[in-house]
Amino acid sequence: MTKYTDQGKQDTRSGFGAGMTELGRTNPNVVALCADLIGSLKIETFIEENPKRFFQVGIAEANMMGIAAGLTIGGKIPFASSFANFATGRVYDQIRQSIAYSDKNVKICASHAGLTLGEDGATHQILEDIGLMKMLPGMTVINPCDYNQTKAATIAIAEHHGPVYLRFGRPKVANFTPVDQTFEIGKALMLSEGTDVTILATGHLVWQALLAAENLENQGISAEVINIHTIKPLDDKAILDSVKKTGCVVTAEEHNYLGGLGESVARVLATHHPTPQEFVATQDTFGESGTPDQLMEKYGLNNKAIEAAVLKVLKRK
Amino acid sequence: MPKTEELQDLVVQVRRDILRMVHKVNSGHPGGSLGCTEFFVALYNEIMDLKDGFDMDGIGEDLFFLSNGHISPVFYSVLARKGYFPVEELNTFRLIDSRLQGHPTTHEGLPGIRVASGSLGQGMSVAIGAALAKKLNGDDHLVFSLHGDGELQEGQNWEAIMFAAGNKVDNLIATVDRNGQQIDGGTEDVLPLGDVAEKFKVFGWDVLEIENGNDLKQVIAGLNEAKSRTGKGKPVCVVMTTEMGNGVDFMMHTHAWHGKAPSDEQLAIALEQNPETLGDY
Repeated sequence: MTKYTDQGKQDTRSGFGAGMTELGRTNPNVVALCADLIGSLKIETFIEENPKRFFQVGIAEANMMGIAAGLTIGGKIPFASSFANFATGRVYDQIRQSIAYSDKNVKICASHAGLTLGEDGATHQILEDIGLMKMLPGMTVINPCDYNQTKAATIAIAEHHGPVYLRFGRPKVANFTPVDQTFEIGKALMLSEGTDVTILATGHLVWQALLAAENLENQGISAEVINIHTIKPLDDKAILDSVKKTGCVVTAEEHNYLGGLGESVARVLATHHPTPQEFVATQDTFGESGTPDQLMEKYGLNNKAIEAAVLKVLKRK
Repeated sequence: MPKTEELQDLVVQVRRDILRMVHKVNSGHPGGSLGCTEFFVALYNEIMDLKDGFDMDGIGEDLFFLSNGHISPVFYSVLARKGYFPVEELNTFRLIDSRLQGHPTTHEGLPGIRVASGSLGQGMSVAIGAALAKKLNGDDHLVFSLHGDGELQEGQNWEAIMFAAGNKVDNLIATVDRNGQQIDGGTEDVLPLGDVAEKFKVFGWDVLEIENGNDLKQVIAGLNEAKSRTGKGKPVCVVMTTEMGNGVDFMMHTHAWHGKAPSDEQLAIALEQNPETLGDY
């Protein structure tokens, strides 16, 4: 299998910040909004270089989403940023009516998604955001896997007309995708070909899937790993092509199994090619305080959990 | 004929449109629509600087956002009679496959609408965003918005009110329809709003009042005064007192007609009080 190398741990939110810096220099229509979390979102450079194109809204996320919708009227491309919890659940109706239903070209950029923001606990973690956002008609949902891909995705969504939910995280994780890889919305990326099982992973779980695949290979199991960075629109063809070959699938995500990637995959499979599937995801629970690694271990979201799911699904073939 | 007399004819015709629209589908919101008829007629025919035709970005023209979207009948009637779409289309209000949804939307591409509204309290934020885009674009046109008074109970408004003052969004004129009524009764009984003008003032807005928002001349004078106060570092608020159901005697002085259509007999009486002026659709 293809070997991927960690080029040095970085946080995906810094990838977002780097993408914003580049957009600030290349696309004069891009504007940014933030709700009192500039440092956490890593957009200091964008603000420093484009002070008139940045709007500090204070701790007022509902107003931020409305202002972002309004800024599109006049041709601006607003990137509205906060923690994933406050950028989705807290302001669901504002996103629904003023952005999604009104077809506004707003990019909702959400850091600290999932469990891995760690010690702040469940009030600041969110494991429901993919479900909330993917249910909105017309909303594109993207969950990149590392620094390089988050930067590329940030730049790519500016060229896409329509509302986008871009989800990323806080911890420093392996940065392994090529720095020059172009980001194509809705196009799954084959990371490692295999024949026995398909692992469909998104976000932080992609690296864990690669680690799992390596271990499985040592046990004589050939796992195909696909990076599903775009959960909506889902790359049905890439998924079906793979499972037709392998005959079973494991989905892996830092999200509740209800409403996440796994359910989207299950819909595709049930409709076109019923296939045994196991879900690596949280089990309808809130999170809690702890270090990112402790939380991923406790809630079953690491390479070991993926390996166990693979062994289980192989028996169901 | 002087302009205000022509516009007064339009006011009466718009009232007829509102009544006939809600009657036909036995649903919709006549009370607030009738109360704001003079405001809409004045805004679109006397106050705003508008381009011909419609494009979403609205660069080089004034913009309007309706936050309390349930008064869509008056919005649709005034837009149609301004030429944004055929007046015959008012016949399709709230029907299946219509562009005239119960609450205004952009989804069906109805010219004149720039954002969906109906879930209350969101319009001021959107208007602020559009006003900021105008500043970024070097476009010195204005952004107008209308808000129900009951709607001010939604907290998002106060986030927006604070932001607009703090960021000197002085190309925005937000009007509050102070009719004192909401679905469950008087605003001061349901959840007291108190002195709305004073609240905006202490938040840092320039505030003026229109004592009788159903007097066309007062509305025009008030909105012109509001325009003259823009560009001076403060957002402008117009607190406009109106009578819900204005122009139909049995719909006035009550909240009962917030979201209720008249019967055949009631429609006949209401139309008698508002004789046809410019031709029914």
